[in-house]
Amino acid sequence: MKLCFTLNGQPVAVDAAPDKRAVDLLRELGAMPDMPDVKDVKEGCGTGECGACSVLVDGVQKLSCLLLAAQLEGREIVTASGLGDEAHPHPIQRAFAEHGAVQCGFCTPGMVVAAAALLQANPNPGREDIRRGLSGNLCRCTGYVKVVDAVEAAARELAGQDAARRNRAVGKGKRKAKNNAGSTS
Amino acid sequence: MRTPSQPCPPRADAFSKATGAERYAFDQQPEGCLFAGAFRPGALTGVAHGRVRGLDSASVRAALAVPGVLRVLTAADVPGANLQGIVHKDQPVLCGDVIRHAGDPVALVLAESPEALRTGLARLVADIEPLPGVFDPEAALKRGAPQVHAGRKGGNLLLGALIEKGDARLALKSAPVVVRGEFSIQPQEHAFLETQCGVAQLLPDGVLDITVSTQAPFRDRFEIGNALGLDPFRIRVRAPHLGGGFGGKDGATVQCLLGLAALFAAGRPVRMAWDREESVLAGYKRHAVRLRYALGAQKDGTLVALSCRLVYDTGAYAHLGGEVMELGMEHAAGPYRIPHTRIEGRCVYTNNPIAGAFRGFGVAQVSPAFEGLMDELAARLGLDPLALRRKNALLRGDENGSGVRLTGSTDLAACLDAAAAHELWTTRETWRKAAPPLVRRGVGCVAVFNGMGYGRGLPDMAIAKLELTEGGEFLVYNGVADMGQGNASAFALLAATELGQEPGAVRVVMPDTGRCHPSGSSSAGRTTYTYGNALLKACAAMREKLLARAAMPLLVDSLADLELAPGAVRHPATGRAMPLAVLARFLPPEDRLCVSEFLMPVAQNPPDTGKDFLIGFPHLLFAYAAHVARIEVDELTGRVRVCDYLAITDGGKVLHRQGFDQQAQGGVAQGLGYALFEDFRQVQGRILTRDLSTYLIPTALDVPDIESLAVDGCEKSGPRGLKGVGEVGINGPAPAMAAALRQATGQWLRHLPFTPERVLAALKNRKPRRRA
Repeated sequence: MKLCFTLNGQPVAVDAAPDKRAVDLLRELGAMPDMPDVKDVKEGCGTGECGACSVLVDGVQKLSCLLLAAQLEGREIVTASGLGDEAHPHPIQRAFAEHGAVQCGFCTPGMVVAAAALLQANPNPGREDIRRGLSGNLCRCTGYVKVVDAVEAAARELAGQDAARRNRAVGKGKRKAKNNAGSTS
Repeated sequence: MRTPSQPCPPRADAFSKATGAERYAFDQQPEGCLFAGAFRPGALTGVAHGRVRGLDSASVRAALAVPGVLRVLTAADVPGANLQGIVHKDQPVLCGDVIRHAGDPVALVLAESPEALRTGLARLVADIEPLPGVFDPEAALKRGAPQVHAGRKGGNLLLGALIEKGDARLALKSAPVVVRGEFSIQPQEHAFLETQCGVAQLLPDGVLDITVSTQAPFRDRFEIGNALGLDPFRIRVRAPHLGGGFGGKDGATVQCLLGLAALFAAGRPVRMAWDREESVLAGYKRHAVRLRYALGAQKDGTLVALSCRLVYDTGAYAHLGGEVMELGMEHAAGPYRIPHTRIEGRCVYTNNPIAGAFRGFGVAQVSPAFEGLMDELAARLGLDPLALRRKNALLRGDENGSGVRLTGSTDLAACLDAAAAHELWTTRETWRKAAPPLVRRGVGCVAVFNGMGYGRGLPDMAIAKLELTEGGEFLVYNGVADMGQGNASAFALLAATELGQEPGAVRVVMPDTGRCHPSGSSSAGRTTYTYGNALLKACAAMREKLLARAAMPLLVDSLADLELAPGAVRHPATGRAMPLAVLARFLPPEDRLCVSEFLMPVAQNPPDTGKDFLIGFPHLLFAYAAHVARIEVDELTGRVRVCDYLAITDGGKVLHRQGFDQQAQGGVAQGLGYALFEDFRQVQGRILTRDLSTYLIPTALDVPDIESLAVDGCEKSGPRGLKGVGEVGINGPAPAMAAALRQATGQWLRHLPFTPERVLAALKNRKPRRRA
């Protein structure tokens, strides 16, 4: 069947058997002409236990090994490589790199996706919230301490960015308010 | 209580991995690639030991009738010795006569797609005549026990060995206090996130080209060559970053199967990736061990004698069984000064899954025993358990339990002193007494150690190759796989510092037998030590060479007046500089290379014992650690919560603090899983815990903010004073949990793992706590 969805901001139209797993479809795309290579979506268990295949589906963390390709239809899919790249890493990715949250790195793309979903739902999580939020993603190397450190740091940075954006927006709003002062009163 | 983040340059692989750009062996799927899969009949039927009569021919026809299934290969198709094994070649690539464990493969299927492969494999049926199996290592040593390798001289005993100094039997008889204990330790899964995998292709020029998730690419050539009857020097093995290893990718996993598949693929590439279940069924495990111990001391706690008997279950094949047991035996007396020791070990074949290398290599199993006895002794004598350890801790110049004089850095005492002064320890009594209702609290402290390198008799050598590229950049040709511990980054950092370059200015070529030099396996806490030393020599040679080559164009008479600076050779007196990019063009390609080697030192006067070990005894250098753990036990459920964990490690001088902490924290987390809930279950050789829902590894909710501290030591023989710290961290958690549980429950738990069921049973053995 023909499937159309958005992958890391790029529209994708592809033929796939309806019973194909989403993780397989995504990992095979890179071999097709003009398709994004998203081999950053890993497979660690195939049974929904490890979280390495995590992707964002319309902003929600999903395990692509438990999704059928057909379930991607019409959705917006974001993988770790869609959040940022080496030249322009996402704040979460930069925090992972700088805080030593990366060792073998095989769980990392899924972990970064989980962190993005977590911070979207809760922009100011405590360490226990972070641990709970990442508890569906297994890591065998780090012992999680630096992963939690990284997500904490990323939350601070994103909050800072948000505040800056809000300040700018407030500033604009004020100017707007001034301009409109006469007409709205 | 957290380790403050240390300012450190990020690892060289940090950004490529965090952004998902890094490509692993698992990600290799070249165009036109075929897919190979092994048929393991015992996994389906539960038969762990059986005579292979053959494949059911109708089932083979049915498999080949699946569109896309190309070949069904059996042992008869294997062109070489069809045997693999690092020390003993006893493991068939495909079993033609006998299967010896439930994960043994009897056929290999080649298909055009993963779907066709799955369907084809599912149609295969093997005719296997069940044979009586043996699943208990002690039963396997009894007369009349089923033989795992029929006709083998020595029967099921792979290796029996003795380490002895003084007269432990006599000394135990006269010791004022003797404590005893029996322990059993379960197997452990490595559970790396990237399962065993790779791709192989027979190139038109006859070279077999393999990219594989491996800890030992150079040795793999010989494994494959021997098994398949190929010239090992016509095999090229590449090892990109591994998605975890921990010992489980040291030795052949997919290598020989992939090589075989490639021989029948008409030049097309072939991919093989085990799924999680196959990884469990066919992968190597940490050895299950039974231990019987006696420890004698004076009334003041001075240790006098230790005697123990260890039985290691190596499963169906030898793999590194003898060597794992060797290291366990060498550490069996703990990091303590004991004049009389007698350590007996037997490593035994059974029809259980294959045991092999795993971080802590035999030592993680003996640690709960020697540390358990130390706690028992402290309790018996009414001594502080930490002070008892400090009193007996090995110091530089002492003789360890195997009789090796410790001439290298030995800073266990500093670790223990730091633990004794730490808040987690000094406030332990008030903390314990403040337990909320229905909760028991306990605090444990342990001392552990782990040897470095291959040991005497097996030269621990690395050969570093360093290039100044035509463009004036430095390139390190790394010969030791990076399974995630970050040695590739450590090499880049070492070289950049030694060459006076900015961190990050040196690039690293990952292991490739076609481009790099053999430098041994990524194992044994040796990687950064041995290769790092070789690399520093290569850097020194390169610096000398470049200064000399720059002297003429810079018109400088004395090399001492020149310096290697970022991107250039400089003459500080005049400010003149020759950019490396220009200098490189003056040099012919062979002059832009430096190759140096390093051989790890061994004990010069080895003790007159351990004669049964062919290789690897004894070790000279050790990393040490003191760990403190605080736990809470739920009185209603027996569940253990690890509240705080402190690891103080002696790894010599610290090169990269973040990388050091990563090893400590990661080792502790893996050890906590081992101690508390990694409950590997098997019945008659059939594994019951085949996935990550039944075999539980720690999640972010199961481990605390592990605090990692370093003592400021220096190992003079190490690169920049460092020692390997990859292994020692995993040896602490199991005894630390036992010590804390002992305090919380009043019971000495000696059978791992300490599951809620076992903890609850321990609580019930004890009188109910008096309510205040």
